[in-house]
Amino acid sequence: MAFSDDDIRKLARLARLELTEEEVQTLGPQLERILGFVEQLAELDTEGVEPMTTALDVTNRWAADCVQPSLSREAALANAPLADDECFLVPPVLPPTS
Amino acid sequence: MTIPLDSAVHLKRLLAAGDVSAVEVARAAIDRMAVTEPTIAGFTHSVGEPLLQQASSIDQRRAAGKSLGALAGIPVAVKDVLCSADMPTTCSSKMLRGFRPPYDATVISRLRAADALLVGKTNMDEFAMGASTENSAFGVTRNPWDTSRTPGGSSGGAAAVVAASNVPLSLGSDTGGSIRQPAAFCGVTGLKPTYGRVSRFGLIAFASSLDQVGPLGWDVADNALLLSQIAGLDARDSTSLDAPVDDYMSAVAAADVRGMRIGVIRDQLESDGLDAETRAAVQRAIGVFRDAGAVIVDVQFKHTKYWVPTYYIIAPCEASSNLSRYDGAHYGHRSEITADEAKQMGPLVATYCKSREEGFGAEVKRRIMLGTYSLSEGYSAKYYSKALRVRRLIRGDYDEAFGQVDLLLGPVTPTAAFALGDKVDDPLQMYLCDLFTVGANLAGLPAISLPAGATAAGLPLGVQLQAPPLREAALFRAGAAFQKATDHHQQRPSL
Repeated sequence: MAFSDDDIRKLARLARLELTEEEVQTLGPQLERILGFVEQLAELDTEGVEPMTTALDVTNRWAADCVQPSLSREAALANAPLADDECFLVPPVLPPTS
Repeated sequence: MTIPLDSAVHLKRLLAAGDVSAVEVARAAIDRMAVTEPTIAGFTHSVGEPLLQQASSIDQRRAAGKSLGALAGIPVAVKDVLCSADMPTTCSSKMLRGFRPPYDATVISRLRAADALLVGKTNMDEFAMGASTENSAFGVTRNPWDTSRTPGGSSGGAAAVVAASNVPLSLGSDTGGSIRQPAAFCGVTGLKPTYGRVSRFGLIAFASSLDQVGPLGWDVADNALLLSQIAGLDARDSTSLDAPVDDYMSAVAAADVRGMRIGVIRDQLESDGLDAETRAAVQRAIGVFRDAGAVIVDVQFKHTKYWVPTYYIIAPCEASSNLSRYDGAHYGHRSEITADEAKQMGPLVATYCKSREEGFGAEVKRRIMLGTYSLSEGYSAKYYSKALRVRRLIRGDYDEAFGQVDLLLGPVTPTAAFALGDKVDDPLQMYLCDLFTVGANLAGLPAISLPAGATAAGLPLGVQLQAPPLREAALFRAGAAFQKATDHHQQRPSL
């Protein structure tokens, strides 16, 4: 697998990372080397093997559907970078129109 | 008298007998920290003097004949990956600098209920990703045995503060070896419990199908004491197991391996990746167990060479998903964006991207990129799904082995502690530190790292025991037999 700088930038956008040019240059070869290493899994025949998503044997654990006390609004907002008395405040989704 | 900050069991006895007070113990831990921390730098936060007030209230309750928890007056340090409402919780990341969780992790609540003295939070690789604690945003931690070397990682601080005899006990987390490898590098004992044995409520998630919280201390008795307090079902963690918790202290007291069948994974012992001195330590341990009455059996694993590749697909995939929560909106670092950036991607997405760029360090970004790639359209079958299938084959090797043996014995790490800076520029070399530890995480099994001697240069070496799910007691029983026959766990660095 060879990555162009544009491949890395595209991947960074998917990952919501804004990489510096220097990081783009370093990450390409590093990812190639790591992926080259993990690709040895291809030599194994896994036909008919069920994917293992968890080491647990438990299936599902049900909780009673009832209202219980939880975090106060004040506590939930305490670490917000920006908030008013009731809500998290975030930048607008859409770019400013001008 | 000297306060034995290197043994929780010993301290517990002295405290119960009234030979020392909790205030004296707290004072000793604070004083010791002042001596060791300037060199070791194992803590990201320490409570300091207020610890004396808590200790004093324990002493008063004891004097009044009131009942006390099992860890009353015993100092415990906690890896900074566990949420604590009264201490900052940073995961050693700039992203969470100054973060104050609104609640305690269940394991922290349990330590409080047991009247432990929580002395502070320990340094780690950022978001538990790394094997040297060099990925911390707050500086490196040094190995007490040789301060030019790493204590290992990611629970490097947790292992180093025990090895520095600053606290007798600490809590770490282990996703691919992050308790066992630093335990081996620092000459202490560390256990990764069965997946689900200990609640993860309030453990900041790295790779959810692999993460587990566990104890570190000098010996198996101290590990057993701490695990007894944190193991068990938690209604707030749907992955915690609803199974009885064994009497771990009795298992330690039994200290008997007569008739026990202990398997050795032959291709791991003969692996080219295993350093000669580490191999010799395993061979000596085989001799110790045989002399103690265990039956040593060769076992074959078909997929050991695929452990690390499988892990380095699954763990980054889960990490890239888990770490998407750091968006600069609800908590954590938020960057200011320029008008130009706002125009290009929209203000919200630009804020996400820049906050994450500034908040995360290089290794975390690398794992997020790897995971994003392995899960992306067109590639997930080749990487993620493939790794999940191989994971089942790996578990199958264990199941087959545990049909013949009670425990597995082998190396923890390929080498003893390496020099700071040695592997920072070579991520793949750093990943290969996990060669012998990731199997237990992929299969969900308990595994313990035991001190097993030293290199010619005086660096500690460890050996690992692995057991079937929920057989922590068997690890303690065999570990105690090993420590009865050896004195590796009684060696201390001069600091």
